[in-house]
Amino acid sequence: MPAPTLNGISRTPARTPRLRVSGRGLWITFLLVPPVVVMALFVIYPIFSALAYAFYDWQGLARGDFVGFANFEKVLFQQPFAATTWNAFKNNIFVFFALMIIQNGLGFILAYALWRDLPGARFHRIAVFLPVVLSTVIIGYVWKLFFHPIFGAVNQLLKAVGLGSLATPWLGDADTALNALIFVNAWAWVGFPTLVFLAGLQRIPSEILDAARMETDSELTLIRRVIWPLIAPSATVCFVLLFIGSFNWFELPYIMVGLDGSPYGNTDVLGLYFYRTAFGNQSAGIQDFGMGSALAVLMFLFIAVVATTWTIYLRKREIEV
Amino acid sequence: MKTFVKTLTLGLTAGAIAAPAMAQELSLWSWRQEDRAVYEELIAAFEAEHPEITVTFEAFEASSYATILSTALAGDSGPDLMMVRAYGAFEAVAGANYLMPLTEADVPGLADMTAPAIAAQTLRADGKVYGVPFASQTMLVIYNKGIYEQLGLSEPQTWDELMANAKAVKDAGMYAFANGTATAWQNETIVSALTSSVVGSEFFDEIVAGTTDFTDPRYVSGLQHLQDISAYFPDGFTGLDYASSQQLFASGMAAMFAGGSFEIANFRAQNPDLEIGVFAAPGEAAEDEKLVGVFFDGGYAGNATTEHPEAVKAFLAYTATPEFGQVFANKLRNITPIAGVTLEDGLLNEIAELNRAAVPYIMLTNFRYEEPSGSVLLQAEVQKMLAGESTPEEAAEAVTSGIATYYAPFQD
Repeated sequence: MPAPTLNGISRTPARTPRLRVSGRGLWITFLLVPPVVVMALFVIYPIFSALAYAFYDWQGLARGDFVGFANFEKVLFQQPFAATTWNAFKNNIFVFFALMIIQNGLGFILAYALWRDLPGARFHRIAVFLPVVLSTVIIGYVWKLFFHPIFGAVNQLLKAVGLGSLATPWLGDADTALNALIFVNAWAWVGFPTLVFLAGLQRIPSEILDAARMETDSELTLIRRVIWPLIAPSATVCFVLLFIGSFNWFELPYIMVGLDGSPYGNTDVLGLYFYRTAFGNQSAGIQDFGMGSALAVLMFLFIAVVATTWTIYLRKREIEV
Repeated sequence: MKTFVKTLTLGLTAGAIAAPAMAQELSLWSWRQEDRAVYEELIAAFEAEHPEITVTFEAFEASSYATILSTALAGDSGPDLMMVRAYGAFEAVAGANYLMPLTEADVPGLADMTAPAIAAQTLRADGKVYGVPFASQTMLVIYNKGIYEQLGLSEPQTWDELMANAKAVKDAGMYAFANGTATAWQNETIVSALTSSVVGSEFFDEIVAGTTDFTDPRYVSGLQHLQDISAYFPDGFTGLDYASSQQLFASGMAAMFAGGSFEIANFRAQNPDLEIGVFAAPGEAAEDEKLVGVFFDGGYAGNATTEHPEAVKAFLAYTATPEFGQVFANKLRNITPIAGVTLEDGLLNEIAELNRAAVPYIMLTNFRYEEPSGSVLLQAEVQKMLAGESTPEEAAEAVTSGIATYYAPFQD
């Protein structure tokens, strides 16, 4: 076979497709192998090794005896670990619902405003998305300075406009710390759902909208009955990604309030609790790989199961235009 | 073929015999990037004495050091020599059999070190020493001499005098204390720096012996005193993080900083004009012993699987000699546990003097071996207490019951 293929292309046109197929196959393989290897090495392997680690007792870095589900039992039911786990989980849930309303809600409103080409839409289209491209480290650091109890811009501003009584140590007050973090997260990320919703809105064929406008004058009815169902795929993306992000929340609280979920657990989330359990908190605790792995496995299972189920449910209500 | 095998055997044997005489290259890992120049000087002095050994100093970022070191050790690519932490974090490495046990025959300098110093590098499970302890840190009150002089204040001899000093500074429109509680571990340092004398050394003896717990009235009283004095922390101190506290003091805006002696180098670097003094926070009465809290930072250890065990031991023995201690203490401005070292720095001398009446920095030295560690509990509970969300009694109770989940003496 090797000889004819050399000039086979020009001589036998019938062979051309077959050659293309094998070339295509090679090309696909070439594209697929690197990501598959990376995924296997850095995602699949760690997940399975964490799964294995979770079933062992750890003395520092040395793997001890097989302990079955003891680590899971510890983080879920044994005090005081269970209290920390559930407190962190509760905070994750709060973060998710709060961001669902603020971040995704505002994202939709902004997208709608941009879509309707309100004055200044072109400028705002860029402005809204700008914080998304900033690094979380920078955002966290800058907002931490803004919230500084003594020198922070927020308190200074409140004092300047005569609202000094509202000045508070935002990140040190149990009532405001988590809300402050949620606010910063929403500020930084609102551009993402805006962009996704906007893309969805722009995909709606104008005939549908024109037809709908003949039926109703109410903008609200239009949004509720026509627009919202038609941008359901965008909503699926925003909702599911926000869900995953909320339960994996780590960088922003880590940068702004530290590993311990200060003040006293009020900003503690599963990501922080996992990190300080598995890798140890230099200035307070010791590491426990087993418990940390158990937490990681539970987080993974929770996110995977809920995100999959929810995606399937959300997909069903999507309409193809 | 036979000749080849013969030659090979001969060559290998010759090589094996010659190996010890050849240069032995050791690596030394550290989390002290900023101390590189001094370590290189110390290493050069060692190499001059031991021409057959070369030591390479490698420093890593402090907060990821533990992870880097443990990953390397687990993967058999660890260094020959390394800095290790003390207490619980030390046991995480030593307990996994990664370190070489040391005897006084290997490291003669160990014999002259104090029991608390040795304890910091001893694995409790087998009672063996695995590291040469290198520096002690002291929890005390650091103060701005300029502000004290300006207001006519002197180092307090009683708790009431300390409160009065703080009030005088606050009345003068400055920050009395720079401390904030937003960074969790700062809550542990202020307890030790401010309340050790109020609590008294007997309590610490008893807690180490397991005959009392943290609900002891003496300890609760210490927490109460802390709550009282927090009235002189900056407004909004619950949101003030560690870096901000440091800045408040270093910039000369605050008169006092309750914390560790390790802050001093940083304060001096940030503001060379700052005149710094130190004192042990006093007890109720002037005659009460003035106590500071002390712990050891870490130690130098050898890799159990090193190819050059003798060279490693030689270097570790060197780290416990007065020659090493002299440079270490005076160039890095640390207080060394090595006997026979004279400190050139006046302030360090003062701290070394204060260390004579010391109690352990208790949660680190004795309750950071299991989870939830005493530190984790105390930090969160004090943060809560100082935010006004709980009482000293409740905080003490929560700390005790948390430790009681694994510590038998607290379970009765």
